[in-house]
Amino acid sequence: MGCTAADVAAAVRAAAEVVAEHRDELVELDRAIGDGDHGENLRRGFNAVVSALDTSTPDTPGAVLKLVAKTLISTVGGAAGPLYGTAFLRAATALGDAAELGPAEVTTAIEAALGGVVARGKAAVGDKTMVDALDPAVRAATATSGSVAEVLAAAAAGAQAGAASTVPLVARKGRASYLGERSADHLDPGARSTALLLASFARSAGAGQ
Amino acid sequence: MSLVGLVVVSHSARLAEGVVEVAAQMAPDVAVLAAGGTADGGIGTDLDAVSAALTSADAGAGVVLLYDLGSARMVAEMAVELLADPDRAALVDAPLVEGAVAAAVAAQGGGDLTGVAAAARTALTTTDGPSAAAELQQAPRTEEVPVLGRFRLTNDIGLHARPAALLARTLAGLDASVTVRFGGRAADATSVLALMSLGARGGDEIEVSAVGPRAQEALGRVAELVERDFDD
Repeated sequence: MGCTAADVAAAVRAAAEVVAEHRDELVELDRAIGDGDHGENLRRGFNAVVSALDTSTPDTPGAVLKLVAKTLISTVGGAAGPLYGTAFLRAATALGDAAELGPAEVTTAIEAALGGVVARGKAAVGDKTMVDALDPAVRAATATSGSVAEVLAAAAAGAQAGAASTVPLVARKGRASYLGERSADHLDPGARSTALLLASFARSAGAGQ
Repeated sequence: MSLVGLVVVSHSARLAEGVVEVAAQMAPDVAVLAAGGTADGGIGTDLDAVSAALTSADAGAGVVLLYDLGSARMVAEMAVELLADPDRAALVDAPLVEGAVAAAVAAQGGGDLTGVAAAARTALTTTDGPSAAAELQQAPRTEEVPVLGRFRLTNDIGLHARPAALLARTLAGLDASVTVRFGGRAADATSVLALMSLGARGGDEIEVSAVGPRAQEALGRVAELVERDFDD
């Protein structure tokens, strides 16, 4: 059984709740090494996504993700807008008109999302960014065969470990890079939010089985 | 012929407007537009605002975009990608203020999209003397005897922003390479920033040399400007 547009929309709504719950944590992480707006920007963006889903019902998973992308791009304000926006947009494009998603499609979507983030932000693994969470997520997803829930669980675990690996790193991209050595010993807020989102998607997929 | 437009993308509405204010002063006929801050007046960048500015600034010759920090670049990139013809816009990595001023003056002088983008990109290097481009232009003409003139600046502020821009504009498009010398340094007369960096004030005497087919006319134009006190 695959994920329908309604399943994906429900997962996005659940992710919006997670973002709201973790708003203050993300603000604190970003205040330490950035401009302190990541939690609030994402909360505002995902609130707008939920409103958008309330007023329109896209009929394919790709169309849901495209709506998420467009909404985040126009409402987030900070770097997370174009980065997550591009990630969701590339994922949507990779899915095309598929009515349901199986594990292969989910892996493809996460891979496309990583490609988008790298293209937009020009960051590589080790720069202390979202890429540090997303890259191991893609590798874990690719190495996993099983259900959508299993693929997403593997990706979430990869992202979690990847985010944790950013703590000792010195930032080379984004606002934190201006801090140089002082950016070390902090968890990267973008990597953290990436891990939170993938963990939420994995829980939604697991609950839907 | 329409002029290249300019869009300044910043996290702050006031920063974008301030940069526009400075750049527009040098280029009265160029569309220089600000796209700063989020839709609700906060710090950040707004794709819709950048897209709208990009459309308004394009009078037909394309638009150069300059940006301040990280997400401003990404949002500007997306706005360009969303254009029906992304080749009508050039996103330039340049120091914001110097780049905007250099681009505005190049646009005012009728430069095309590539030329205006290059002016912004080399804004910092041109403040230290003649631009690389000007030196290259002059290279094959080294055997020519330059037309020389000395002029005492009688306006109050000397070769400051507006007079420097006026001088650069007056010479733009003329087939002559003009160099202004003061205080042991030389500046390409088509580079506003280079002219300003000479620091020539009212009462100072500058030396102007021109080579090329219309060198004499170039010198005449400079003489007229100085005579008119740069319309101050």
